[in-house]
Amino acid sequence: MPLAEKLHFFVDLSRCIGCQSCIQACTECDTHKGQSMIQLDFVDRANSTQTAPVVCMHCESPTCAEVCPADAIKRTEDGIVQTARKPRCISCNNCVLACPFGVPKMNTEMNLMMKCDMCYDRTSVGLKPMCASVCPSQALAFTTLDEMARLRPNAKPVNTFKFGAQTIHTRVKVMVPADAPKETVDVTAAMYERTIGHDILDDVFGEGPVFGEEEA
Amino acid sequence: MSREVIRSAAWGLGTTATLAVLILLGSRNLAHFDAALVAYTFSILFATFGLTYRYAMWLSRPPTAMYWRRGWQAFFRRGWRLRNARFWLSRMSLDVVANRFIFKRDRLRGLTHMLIMWGCILAVAITFPLVFGWLHFRPVAGDLSLYEAVVFGFPAFRFPHDSAAAFFLFHGLVWASFLVIAGVMLAVRRRLRDEGAAAVQRFVEDFLPLFLLFAVSLTGLMLTASYTWMKGYGFTFIAILHAATVIATFLWLPFGKFFHIFQRPAQLGVGFYKDVGRSEEKAHCRRCGHAFTSKMHVLDLISVEKELGYRYELEGEAEHYQWICPPCRRASFAMAQGLAWQVHRGGASPPSDQPIPMPIHVNPGVGEGPLGDEDAENFHP
Repeated sequence: MPLAEKLHFFVDLSRCIGCQSCIQACTECDTHKGQSMIQLDFVDRANSTQTAPVVCMHCESPTCAEVCPADAIKRTEDGIVQTARKPRCISCNNCVLACPFGVPKMNTEMNLMMKCDMCYDRTSVGLKPMCASVCPSQALAFTTLDEMARLRPNAKPVNTFKFGAQTIHTRVKVMVPADAPKETVDVTAAMYERTIGHDILDDVFGEGPVFGEEEA
Repeated sequence: MSREVIRSAAWGLGTTATLAVLILLGSRNLAHFDAALVAYTFSILFATFGLTYRYAMWLSRPPTAMYWRRGWQAFFRRGWRLRNARFWLSRMSLDVVANRFIFKRDRLRGLTHMLIMWGCILAVAITFPLVFGWLHFRPVAGDLSLYEAVVFGFPAFRFPHDSAAAFFLFHGLVWASFLVIAGVMLAVRRRLRDEGAAAVQRFVEDFLPLFLLFAVSLTGLMLTASYTWMKGYGFTFIAILHAATVIATFLWLPFGKFFHIFQRPAQLGVGFYKDVGRSEEKAHCRRCGHAFTSKMHVLDLISVEKELGYRYELEGEAEHYQWICPPCRRASFAMAQGLAWQVHRGGASPPSDQPIPMPIHVNPGVGEGPLGDEDAENFHP
């Protein structure tokens, strides 16, 4: 059954509190039993508590699939870039190294690339992915565009990313401020930043337009 | 018509013609060719064309072409050949013959694959030589209790026709059917019960090959049952039915899941490529400075990405995004999104005179961080 068109995965990395719930929940997924596909990093452990939860962004033109010599990575009609097909993956590591978001993992013993497939066993029947269902700060959220607009009036979803001269569109969306001037997140422009502290209390607990109050 | 198509078609025709010549040679100008099996022969010839065509097209893809070339270069590398031959033998035995990596994925899955694989290999080893006229049996003149196997026109070995060896030999396809049916049963069981598999499997890709194998095995067993216990009841119909299932399987070889049989050996080439990579200079991330994969791998990927039309080139010292290690890519992604919010949510970046830190996994535990040595190297947990 295809993933419902109205349902979207939203990522707001700066809301992450590093609780690791997503990691534990991810291991419960039936498509990669016992192994977590979430990449959760301390960005600068010595200076900051900032953590970055990264899931597969499900690119429209997936670099991982294009550089796969064995044709093992397929994108479904509903836009999900599936984990490597087990009979085909020859564990060359191309996808691990080529993914612009640094997502795939290589299970060396199994000779198999593994990555987040947006819990297809759940999302294809209308359930939330494991990680989004447990994320307490909703850094990882799975819902409709309307619901997201209602819950986060100060934010807007963006799914276009720049890596140098390359533009990548994804099915997963990232939340940026509603008043952000661009509809594109330029990843490589921020490459040499070290870490960014922040206060997420405003839009985690804030019902109203906290930013508006600040302006007033 | 593109150059790749013409070249692949030429390879397909060449391989098919070579097989046809070998059939003529091996059957002594069709003297020992079994005319009843002609449909099988032509379906195998078609499959040979299809497989070679698809394989050649597959090799023309930029990443596959790169690995194909690099794999052979690594294998025939001067000073490494003896070592590589030894490794080839060990990897061939463990990974291909014993399916080690599939058992690591799941023991029952490994057993399933073993049963299907060895059942099919046994069946192919028996039927192909028979169909091509490369193998036939004849009574020995002067001693009719003996049978003689003739391989490629040359007498090979003799055995009493009522011996246990003869029984096992002449029922070889029965044993192959038992193996395949047991394997197919386990595979279908998994596909019906495993929710993860159920979510991503497709009929044509995952069930059709199993049904074909089951149909071939079952109709083959029905032939044996018909002539052994039922006085040949319905034999002609079953023989046609069996031929139809076998021919359908052969014709499906180049298109569906069975093609992995021919793709999979590329894993051996990848192993040699990685061996060379480990012995050579490392790539160093141009953000955190940490070593990750081999420099050769990064350079090869840059070349493949350019050929595919990707433009990950960067201005400045980094030159290309491929020089950035996976954890730094994730950190850069987080930074880009965080910066967008900095105006609203505040937060100050620490002093910039410190070197860029290496991102580390929050939980590098088993199953939660890197999944093996290669990840550990690339993700520096």
